[in-house]
Amino acid sequence: MSQKQEKLIDKKGSRLDGRKPDELRPIKIEVGVLSNADGSAYIEQGKNKILAAIYGPKEVHPKHLALQDRMILRCRYHMAPFSVQERKSPAPSRREIELSKVIREALEPSIFLDYYPRTSIDVFIEVLQADGSTRCSSITAASLALADAGIPMRDLVVACSAGKADDTIILDLMDAEDKMGSADVPVALMPNLNAITLLQMDGILTHEEFENAIGLALEGCKKIYALQKEVLKTKYVGVKEAEE
Amino acid sequence: MSSVITRVKQKQIAQLIAKGKRLDGRGLTDHREIKVEQGLIERAEGSGRVLLGKTEVMVGVKIEIGEPFSDTPNEGVLTVNAELVPLASPIFEPGPPDENSIELARIVDRGIRESEAIDVEKLCIDPGKKVFVIFLDVYVLNHDGNLIDASALAALAALLNTKMANYEIEEGEVKIKPGYTSLPMRSHPITTTFAKIGEKLVVDPWLEEEQVMDARLSMAIDDDGNICAIQKGGNGYFSPEQVLEVAKIAKEKAEEIRKKLDW
Repeated sequence: MSQKQEKLIDKKGSRLDGRKPDELRPIKIEVGVLSNADGSAYIEQGKNKILAAIYGPKEVHPKHLALQDRMILRCRYHMAPFSVQERKSPAPSRREIELSKVIREALEPSIFLDYYPRTSIDVFIEVLQADGSTRCSSITAASLALADAGIPMRDLVVACSAGKADDTIILDLMDAEDKMGSADVPVALMPNLNAITLLQMDGILTHEEFENAIGLALEGCKKIYALQKEVLKTKYVGVKEAEE
Repeated sequence: MSSVITRVKQKQIAQLIAKGKRLDGRGLTDHREIKVEQGLIERAEGSGRVLLGKTEVMVGVKIEIGEPFSDTPNEGVLTVNAELVPLASPIFEPGPPDENSIELARIVDRGIRESEAIDVEKLCIDPGKKVFVIFLDVYVLNHDGNLIDASALAALAALLNTKMANYEIEEGEVKIKPGYTSLPMRSHPITTTFAKIGEKLVVDPWLEEEQVMDARLSMAIDDDGNICAIQKGGNGYFSPEQVLEVAKIAKEKAEEIRKKLDW
């Protein structure tokens, strides 16, 4: 995060892709995109292109991992070798293992785990193209895939990043801003419960800047949440009409 | 991690904390006793051991000469690894690093890296070709909760204790000269972890509190009081107000520890 050769925000306050500091990238979401999965979703956020699929609830394999009083949630976040500038080895990196864990922990509070004892749900996330804040887009898509699979949930989980570039607090970081900016704060939220289920940060922020960044990220989450609900409604109203 | 305490005790811990008390008599924002020792491993370029209550973590630093990353040709390299060795707890198993040890290593790494604690440009020998590579290995010796804070503190203790051999360049070859120099350190990031139990926040959770907690939140604070790294963990959530409260207390705690250790 120490390179700062380029200006990320010009004099007029617009970013490399022309966005205002508090503006999201264009987002396109679809649900039910994979026929084999029990639930699935696809998201494009800027140049991010991410697929999420749900398999389950199903019998746990290997069996000894099963819990008697609740289901287990498993999550794999994985990046395609062609998703980044320099080919990424397909073997899971330490970063991917950590992200799989924090994404799982971001989704887990939303699910009624005790409804399905002795079962498991597998969440598979494949990043087809990465353009910064992929963990946030992944969570937004994975939560929709869970809803698409009909898993009982307290709320959808939605995620968005905020950060700092050229001394300005910005929303929804893209790759260049993530790499060359001075801070990155990904946040996941269950909007109805006002509950933060993922929070990470790297970079340097004062207490005040951090407070502003969190506030901005939460606003971003709420905007994406409206899109999430819209996508689900559109799909299931369509299904209902077809039946009638 | 699997639960090894009874439900009765879990309930007791949670009920006490709801009343603002803890089973071991600490206040909600008190750390356990902290002991720091440095230089215990003579073979390592630097070492540190931290006792946080009964939690014990040792960190060793080894330095080698290697190649820089192509995007940072003028900077030395920091590599952090963590081992949850089986002698430290009945719940640790031998084998390749699991997600818990990878997460621990990456939290320790982020605190040091993002606070720019090491002046990595001073670790460059020949730009684009040769730099010093710092291997920082976190070795958990006894697990009694809050491995994150103990590991981050032991890592800092080890780095402050690290001595690099002096060198000169003769015909493109690095020659070691007698004498040592300390690692170029610029900041002292201190990480404080909070557990959310019920609606209360508790500093430095020990093992039994970790088994009751809904979620944890760790924040690293640099010398200027800025936040430089955060990680949330666990299956629960925090409210936005709680996050800001954590940020406030973490700053106070970091100052307190830095003062106590005279860093």
